Amino acid sequence: MTKQKGLLFDSTLCVGCGECYSACKTQNNLKKTSDDCMKDHLSNETYTVVEDHQGNFVRKLCMHCESPTCVSVCPVGAFQKTELGPVVYDADKCIGCRYCMQACPHSIPRYEWSSLTPRVRKCIMCSDRVQQGLPTACSEACQPGATIFGDIEDLRAEAKKRIKDSPDQYFPEIFGLEEGGGTNVLVLSKAGVSFDQLGFASRIPKEALPELTANVLEKLPTVVSTGAVFLGGMYWLTKRKNEIRQEKLNNDKKESL
Amino acid sequence: MKANLLKFSFWKVVGIILVTAGVYSSIYRFTHGLQESTGLSDTFPWGLWTGFKLWSVCLAGGGFTLCAITHIFNIEQFKPLARPSILMAFICYLLFIFALLFDLGKPLDIWHVMIMWNFNSVMFEVAWCVMLYTTVLFLEFAPTILERFHLTKTLKVIKKVSLVIMIIGVLLSTMHQSSLGSLFLIVPAKMYPLWYSPLLPVYFYFSAIATGFAMVIFGSYQSARTFGRGLQLTLLSKLALYSAIFTIALIVIRFTDFAVNGKLQYLFVPVQETYLFWLEVVIGYFLPLIIFMQKSLRTNRKWLYIGSVLVVAGAMLNRMNTSITSLLRTSNTTYNPSIYEVSITLMLVVLGIFAFKLAVEYLPVFDEVELDEKVTDMGEALPDEA
Repeated sequence: MTKQKGLLFDSTLCVGCGECYSACKTQNNLKKTSDDCMKDHLSNETYTVVEDHQGNFVRKLCMHCESPTCVSVCPVGAFQKTELGPVVYDADKCIGCRYCMQACPHSIPRYEWSSLTPRVRKCIMCSDRVQQGLPTACSEACQPGATIFGDIEDLRAEAKKRIKDSPDQYFPEIFGLEEGGGTNVLVLSKAGVSFDQLGFASRIPKEALPELTANVLEKLPTVVSTGAVFLGGMYWLTKRKNEIRQEKLNNDKKESL
Repeated sequence: MKANLLKFSFWKVVGIILVTAGVYSSIYRFTHGLQESTGLSDTFPWGLWTGFKLWSVCLAGGGFTLCAITHIFNIEQFKPLARPSILMAFICYLLFIFALLFDLGKPLDIWHVMIMWNFNSVMFEVAWCVMLYTTVLFLEFAPTILERFHLTKTLKVIKKVSLVIMIIGVLLSTMHQSSLGSLFLIVPAKMYPLWYSPLLPVYFYFSAIATGFAMVIFGSYQSARTFGRGLQLTLLSKLALYSAIFTIALIVIRFTDFAVNGKLQYLFVPVQETYLFWLEVVIGYFLPLIIFMQKSLRTNRKWLYIGSVLVVAGAMLNRMNTSITSLLRTSNTTYNPSIYEVSITLMLVVLGIFAFKLAVEYLPVFDEVELDEKVTDMGEALPDEA
């Protein structure tokens, strides 16, 4: 089996230079949206940003969930979790219902609102590069090594090791290890700085979110088949009841005559 | 009829203004895109049109419930109400489809759903249910049109398969009404606890039934007033009672869910969500219950009407709350529907009312009983007398 790839972002190492931001723009042919990457935000022309939360720099990008909600909710299957890990999108399939945007627990997908044939836009973890065995553009551009690319298993081990080796330096949790069933992007934070404080979504359940709807959808065949039998049965019963009543009425009439 | 068309009443003028504005907004929407025509944003991708879609389907609930009662459970006395409710449901579903075309980013690609399948998607289920059930509603309503134009042959064919169509219709409705609630199951972390619940599909299904009955009362009252027809008061007050039963069930399960999942404290937090929640349950549940649970009130045509309006308004508010209010807080943004969103929605409502009125005026929607009685009079009563 091919090993899934992923990204590890260590916010303690990030200096906020914005090289990842620029590299991403170049790699994906995205328009320039701001002179200062710190003041920019995710948009249809920006797949990743660096945010400053009281001196703590943190990147925002698609988390590439292991069980992505966007893949599960899309009615036409425009999203796909590739074998190597990146979650990719096919604009030709998309009809624009925007359920992916609504359903994403990290609120990542953006939309080309001003277009008449709008597409959903988000980080695709440089899927083409990854396919060729190259690292993502952002990780390649990162000088301090805050964003590293690799096999997801190795990255999980590395993240755990960093926390274990310097517990006074790191917040004791890894964002992305369990959130919504785990993600291919992992985030480490400085000691004392929780992920809420870095602007990550809190309250995300540990289970894979698509299971919440799968639990209901799998009941459908039962509901439909028992429903059909029940309705058919009720029809037959009530019809027979009406007939019997009618017959009785007729008999009574005849007797009275 | 011509004199009627030229007569300008207050509501007619309002209707014409709203439709004109709506047509202008529609053109604007399709030439300028969603950015300029809506208040939607990356952090708030669903708005008024989605809310409208949810409650227009909810209001269609009378279609499948009355079908089940009259054609499957064979409770003959309700037959006079079957056609108006099927008509109402048909119109509601058409409005849903229209609203969808405005809301979709690429409405011309809507057919993709037919060939690109994703069985894991609730939206996929919703799309197929809408397609199939709208077809079913058309077939259920077809006899009314066929009768009007005396197309007896086709009528006979449809009547032969009508039971199967009716059963399919009830099943599709059950799936569709509940799956609109299931749409929100996947956002547990984003939704405000007063609306998020694993039981959302059940809430949506039950409230569609309760609201469907109320809509039949509302529609019957309005057409009785407009066309000077009599009102089937005994039947309608029975429907009011049925509606009340499902409302009680809703209250019980929703508040039990609050208690079991430790959400009771949210009922008393002084924030906007709490106020809107209480407004929703007071208008939609408690006030109509007070009216419908008392025989003297539910057999009084004015109170019956007021009760039905409350149920419908409450259901509309519930769908808007579920799809908009509950998601605002975590989106860290505000959402103000644009003038175009509002005017297109109002246009759809006006067109729906107009279509209903037109159909009632020119098709035998409320006359089925009389026709049926005539048929049975000739078919059965005559030999009896002989």
